[in-house]
Amino acid sequence: MQGVMFIVLALVTLFSALMVITRKDPVSSILYLVLTFFCFAGFYVLLGAQFLAAVQIIVYAGAIAVLFLFVVMMLNLREPEAEEGKELIPIWKPLGYAVGIGVGIVFLSYLASSPGPAIPPLNGGDEIYAMGRADFLGKALFTDFILPFEIAGVLLLAAVLGAVALAKKKRV
Amino acid sequence: MELTLNHYLILSAIIFAIGVTGVLTRRNVLIILMSVELMLNSANMTLIAFSHYLQNIDGMVFVFFTMTVAAAEVGIGLAIVVTMFRNKGTIDVGNFNLLKG
Repeated sequence: MQGVMFIVLALVTLFSALMVITRKDPVSSILYLVLTFFCFAGFYVLLGAQFLAAVQIIVYAGAIAVLFLFVVMMLNLREPEAEEGKELIPIWKPLGYAVGIGVGIVFLSYLASSPGPAIPPLNGGDEIYAMGRADFLGKALFTDFILPFEIAGVLLLAAVLGAVALAKKKRV
Repeated sequence: MELTLNHYLILSAIIFAIGVTGVLTRRNVLIILMSVELMLNSANMTLIAFSHYLQNIDGMVFVFFTMTVAAAEVGIGLAIVVTMFRNKGTIDVGNFNLLKG
């Protein structure tokens, strides 16, 4: 059952990830990106991380995708992406594809050699179910990881201030 | 079919490679940022897969912080995109060659 769900989710994820980088229109790219995020949330559920799946949908599919859509709306993009031949380096695009496929081959040559260890089943026991729950994550976050947690808060504050400072109109 | 750790690792490797390809081949800044998001997500999935495999919660906590950094990155990145568009009227990276020697 989990294997079937994994296969279906994997196919949808690969398709939509490819669509993200191949669509000409940024809006359809964003919509495929949302589909990819939902599929990732499905994988997180399969891996027993229910709370992170919910956070994935809220933060990525909810906030980040809407932010992208807002920017596309604000910029009012009409002109299509630049035509071929205006490239800085003529072989840039094939070189990019070659590097991307090369990265994939390097990873896969490590991973595909052995079937790998079986992951523990989801319904193997209460503890496995419990690990992805919000109370366990919260306990870890507020005891062992309290300093990174605080630093993440400061990082978000800096991001808010930086975004406002960058995007506001210059007053001379 | 029995799921193994490598299924998840291979899938996230492929998606990471797709993200790398997107960053290197596209010229629209928005789509480049989206490809970066794809790469961050594939790294997140690797962390969660290992976390589940090792039955250790540290990986999931790390995913939390990755999501925080991704949110901050997108906020700042899109603000920069808006500034770029205001200055040049385009978001094609080929037109941003101010630092070219």
